[in-house]
Amino acid sequence: MPGKLKVKIVAGRHLPVMDRASDLTDAFVEVKFGNTTFKTDVYLKSLNPQWNSEWFKFEVDDEDLQDEPLQITVLDHDTYSANDAIGKVYIDIDPLLYSEAATVISGWFPIYDTIHGIRGEINVVVKVDLFNDLNRFRQSSCGVKFFCTTSIPKCYRAVVIHGFVEELVVNEDPEYQWIDRIRTPRASNEARQRLISLMSGELQRKIGLKVLEMRGNAVVGYLQCFDLEGESGLVVRAIGTACTLDKLSSPAAFLPACNSPSKEMKESPLVHPPSHGCRSTHNSPIHTATGSRLTQNFSVSVPTLIYTGMGSGSAGKEGGPFKALLRQQTQAALEQRGGSPHRFCRRREFPFLTLTAFPPGLLVHVGGVVSARSVKLLDRIHNPAFVGIMGNTRSYKLLDWNSFNSDEPETRDAWWAEIRQEIKSHAKALGCHAVVGYSESTSICEEVCILSASGTAAVLNPRFLQEGTVEGSLEQRIEENLPVGCGFCHIPYDELNMPFPAHLTYCYNCRKQKVPDVLFTTIDLPTDAVVVGKGCLIQARLCRLKKKAQAEANATAISNLLPFMEYEVHTQLMNKLKLKGMNALFGLRIQITVGENMLMGLASATGVYLAALPTPGGIQIAGKTPNDGSYEQHISHMQKRINDTIAKNKELYEINPPEVSEEIIGSPIPEPRQRSRLLRSQSESSDEVTELDLSHGKKDAFVLEIDDTDAMEDVHSLLTDVPPPSGFYSCNTEIMPGINNWTSEIQMFTSVRVVRLSSLNLTNQALNKNFNGLCENLLKSLYFKLRSMTPCCLCHVNFTVSLPEDELIQVTVTAVAITFDKNQALQTTKAHAEKTLQRASTDNDELLQFPLELCSDSLPAPAFPATKEHLESASSNSGTPAAQRAVTVEKASPMGDGNFRNRSAPPCASSTVGVVKMTPLSFIPGAKITKYLGIINMFFIRETTSLREEGGVSGFLHAFIAEVFAMVRAHVAALGGNAVVSYIMKQCVFMENPSKNQAQCLINVSGDAVVFVRESDLEAMSTQQSAVNCQTSCPGEVTT
Amino acid sequence: MTSELDIFVGNTTLIDEDVYRLWLDGYSVNDAVALRVRSGILEQTGATAGVLQSDTMDHYRTFHMLERLLHAPPKLLHQLIFQIPPSRQALLIERYYTFDEAFVREVLGKKLSKGTKKDLDDISAKTGITLKSCRRQFDNFKRVFKVVEEMRGSLVDNIQQHFLLSDRLARDYAAIVFFANNRFETGKKKLQYLSFGDFAFCAELMIQNWTLGAVDSQMDDMDVDLDKEFLQDLKELKVLVADKDLLDLHKSLVCAALRGKLGVFSEMETNFKNLSRGLVNVAAKLTHNKDVRDLFVDLVEKFVEPCRSDHWTLNDVRLFLNQYSASVHSLDGFRHQTLWDRYMGTLRGCLLRLYHD
Repeated sequence: MPGKLKVKIVAGRHLPVMDRASDLTDAFVEVKFGNTTFKTDVYLKSLNPQWNSEWFKFEVDDEDLQDEPLQITVLDHDTYSANDAIGKVYIDIDPLLYSEAATVISGWFPIYDTIHGIRGEINVVVKVDLFNDLNRFRQSSCGVKFFCTTSIPKCYRAVVIHGFVEELVVNEDPEYQWIDRIRTPRASNEARQRLISLMSGELQRKIGLKVLEMRGNAVVGYLQCFDLEGESGLVVRAIGTACTLDKLSSPAAFLPACNSPSKEMKESPLVHPPSHGCRSTHNSPIHTATGSRLTQNFSVSVPTLIYTGMGSGSAGKEGGPFKALLRQQTQAALEQRGGSPHRFCRRREFPFLTLTAFPPGLLVHVGGVVSARSVKLLDRIHNPAFVGIMGNTRSYKLLDWNSFNSDEPETRDAWWAEIRQEIKSHAKALGCHAVVGYSESTSICEEVCILSASGTAAVLNPRFLQEGTVEGSLEQRIEENLPVGCGFCHIPYDELNMPFPAHLTYCYNCRKQKVPDVLFTTIDLPTDAVVVGKGCLIQARLCRLKKKAQAEANATAISNLLPFMEYEVHTQLMNKLKLKGMNALFGLRIQITVGENMLMGLASATGVYLAALPTPGGIQIAGKTPNDGSYEQHISHMQKRINDTIAKNKELYEINPPEVSEEIIGSPIPEPRQRSRLLRSQSESSDEVTELDLSHGKKDAFVLEIDDTDAMEDVHSLLTDVPPPSGFYSCNTEIMPGINNWTSEIQMFTSVRVVRLSSLNLTNQALNKNFNGLCENLLKSLYFKLRSMTPCCLCHVNFTVSLPEDELIQVTVTAVAITFDKNQALQTTKAHAEKTLQRASTDNDELLQFPLELCSDSLPAPAFPATKEHLESASSNSGTPAAQRAVTVEKASPMGDGNFRNRSAPPCASSTVGVVKMTPLSFIPGAKITKYLGIINMFFIRETTSLREEGGVSGFLHAFIAEVFAMVRAHVAALGGNAVVSYIMKQCVFMENPSKNQAQCLINVSGDAVVFVRESDLEAMSTQQSAVNCQTSCPGEVTT
Repeated sequence: MTSELDIFVGNTTLIDEDVYRLWLDGYSVNDAVALRVRSGILEQTGATAGVLQSDTMDHYRTFHMLERLLHAPPKLLHQLIFQIPPSRQALLIERYYTFDEAFVREVLGKKLSKGTKKDLDDISAKTGITLKSCRRQFDNFKRVFKVVEEMRGSLVDNIQQHFLLSDRLARDYAAIVFFANNRFETGKKKLQYLSFGDFAFCAELMIQNWTLGAVDSQMDDMDVDLDKEFLQDLKELKVLVADKDLLDLHKSLVCAALRGKLGVFSEMETNFKNLSRGLVNVAAKLTHNKDVRDLFVDLVEKFVEPCRSDHWTLNDVRLFLNQYSASVHSLDGFRHQTLWDRYMGTLRGCLLRLYHD
């Protein structure tokens, strides 16, 4: 009995009228945890009852504490008939289980009913007393911290980064159980909410166990998703990065003054090789899907499209000894603990990180985006996880199936393992042994499911990865030898044995290493990257019609379409990038959605101009019939428009890289297939295509061949993308490259649109146009709505597409608008640019010694300027010099916390509700996060049978999303927080049946609850505190 | 391609003041879009009509959801669903309860009942205010009335506390409630020249001096009903005109004091008895509800109109009324000085306000 949960029900307010006769309510509350239930007294005839209950005490296992939510039900007492439920509150008590997070949950929670929405509020206080349990075989993982944030959380430092953790649990979906035919929609919704809450708790606990096994204490970049597989069940799966984090107790560690090697070393994480404990618990061997006709695998990697039989051997024959060294060390460190590669493979261990931003020095090279997809037919889930639960005395109401003895061993685990394996081999082909910015997703339609995974192949610093590192060897880090600001662009693969055709040049920054002409990644822009101008959101949108089909035929049809879609999405991205005059994509996310009769592809990324990469060539248009005069004219007109657009974009995004003379750069590596041509000729055989050499000068040009109306449309659609109105910028990464001076105003929003495609005989072309229009209009609407915030930037713009029904397209966007100071921003960029130029030159000097240092394994302890620069660049981002800030923090922190608490929990009399900020970013501009209170992971279902009365579908969903925001804010406020960072709406499944006047929606959101303090307040507090100190000390002096 | 669903939800609820005004004015979404287009917003922002339509719909939906809360403004402050900065909350409430002068003149003093609500079509047609807006304003009046009707304490304070209105607006509502409760006639043709402000001014004076709350601020503090006892007592003032000696004495005192100071002295002298009779009779009749309702009609008929036809200036009226009230103190045979002051003090203020073209 290692834990005691205590709950007190204080009061209610704004309750609905439950008794028509008196216009009042006789409310009481049931508090349930596990199988124990307590009840309050009935508070007669009031809409604002004051229960002031005793403390209800639950004595429970910490395992249950992790899995179970606290369930609070408000009911109306009825003497003669059954009591009517008013609504419920589910409280996840996980944040109370780690020592550093919240100590008490106390506040007003909206009372939620799946049919009526929010019906009043209830004031609850929850506490947990935990007893230490040193049982080695324990099933709980209390104390492991979870973060949604995909970087090392602000007030922690990473001691060790252990690696990838994943887990999934499955169950039957209550909505599809036989009992659902006889129970009310409310009961079914509640069963579903409860089950998912339970499953996420269990999942989190299991992931926690793995982290403990790896001797970590936290999961960063935790991403949990639901797959609603309908008849075949419900899958809750999660991935994350296991770390050992240390709370930064003394901010002095950030002081640039403290750059003695020992101190500095502590800030840098070690990547620990994953122990075998991090594997999935399910040891069933992989059954590759190739044996089955139904499941065909597709693996398409960007920027490659030709990945046939790529063995790991190619990675072995590298040119540069340094690269080889890095690779080998990385591989050795990440893959095994004294195991052979063979053993490694069998063990299925994945050197993946879900992080998108990294501690300085960890990321060495970036290879490119790797992705894999596979089409599966859903069947009943047969998961060994089930056995685990059964064998464990915790056989909930959970599982009830009899298809146990099925001899088909394929499981969801195996599916994912397969995909991860593929990702790993892609990364290998790119000469990389790690994948960063890794994520997984699914798209389900009826019984077909597309599993997707993507990430960025990367080489991580082997010094961080070495096993059994002792303090001494740490000092030998070679980080400083890697050029700052361009190192990550240098190719990790072998230039003589490239996995795909690419055009390599010497790095424009350091001139020593080779870089590709374009770089695609799924990560955030590294903070030390040298960027010219500003970035912008780039999207590729694509639809493909598909015949309606059943099962196998359907899966095959989808499988056949996928490579073409990937290819076209890639082409579009590339063209749009060129059109913007940029050369790199960050935060790339390609979503392929499957529907009844179509497939949709939507790729979003943030384009930037990396100073290290060559200037992109233009786009050249080539006609198919060169003899036709008017056609020629038309072509040249188009060409002019394209050139004008590029010029305009360069101006708009302030892309004016310093001119570099050709001799410095050196000539491109001669190679027959260097020219990347884009040939839109899927329908024709490739030998029909005439070789066109349209490259101007030495820069490579993109050639668009216009061979049919289809292609013409595509070129047109390229040009129809309108740039955001002046004063607006947009990106899908955390921060906008080129803007540094954020002001404090932020507005997070969610926008949803559903359109019905009108005509019955749709063509691909019309579909594309519609889809493009939908996305563009949505963006235009956002700019219009937020016009009062200009100058501002839409950050972390996250588009999600789903196809809920035939002819219906749903697009959901979540983003945050942040204001910035235009004048200051300009100044900082200038200063930044100057600094980077200087830096580039110093880097050059450093690099001269580079080859020498390479030879010796034990490198001399480096000089510190590089690290110093990291710190400086980090501080310039937030606008305050690090030293200054650190000092104020130090002074203020003990007092600041106390002060803040007082303010966040005002006396009930206070009229206004405390403001809770929400943002998809990991930070709050102009503020410092002082405390992480725990993860918020909430799942809601809302259903209505009076759609028209609630304002139609728009009214229904608008109200629901507003309610979801309200519930998230209430939970954060009750934890004592004032913001949610890394907020994400992972799912928004909307179904309607207007003829029956019904609709249903499921929403899943998550984020990290935090306490932040405004930087201006911090300063004020520190002065205040000194005043207080003075006062407190003065009386003392007087008395003595 | 038709839009089935189109929503935007911000963590901080976006409020567009211009759209809010259009919504309050009762325009349909399409009319509001047309009006916004006319305002030149498309040119300013480079948006399309579709964007404007979607934006307007969104705001209308938000306002529609907020309306329930605006009916009980303290709820807006405590609710958790919409995160709105306090200044914006105040703006929402204030604008929601703001009414049109033209509208309030039509319903002021009428019973806030279903019957009146049925006449809103006519009022809408007459004033050019949309029926929707008329309904909102009428419902606001009625809602405030219902809440504070039976409440003790200061009427203005009660309204402010329950509806969180600005001082100015709370005072206006106090006047509306007071007029509705006492059913003062304000619609007669004769009274058309009077503005809502004129009536509100009078209402405030009457609330301060003629209600129960005016004398006893502790126990039975009711600001909405006139002090019945006081009205009964007013009968005693009749002696001022019934007793011929007293009337003559009063006249001579006033005339003596005003000789040479009044531009219309002779007219005053000839009319004194009529005017005095008018003012005193108004007081004496206030025991009957019917006559209370006609208070303003009577005042205009018996005092304002005669003076106006003789071309009294406002200053003449002021001098006369001051002297007329004050002289009573010198009438030895008259015992109801306090009563007279309570009556005349308020009436003088009202008459001065009512005396204009």
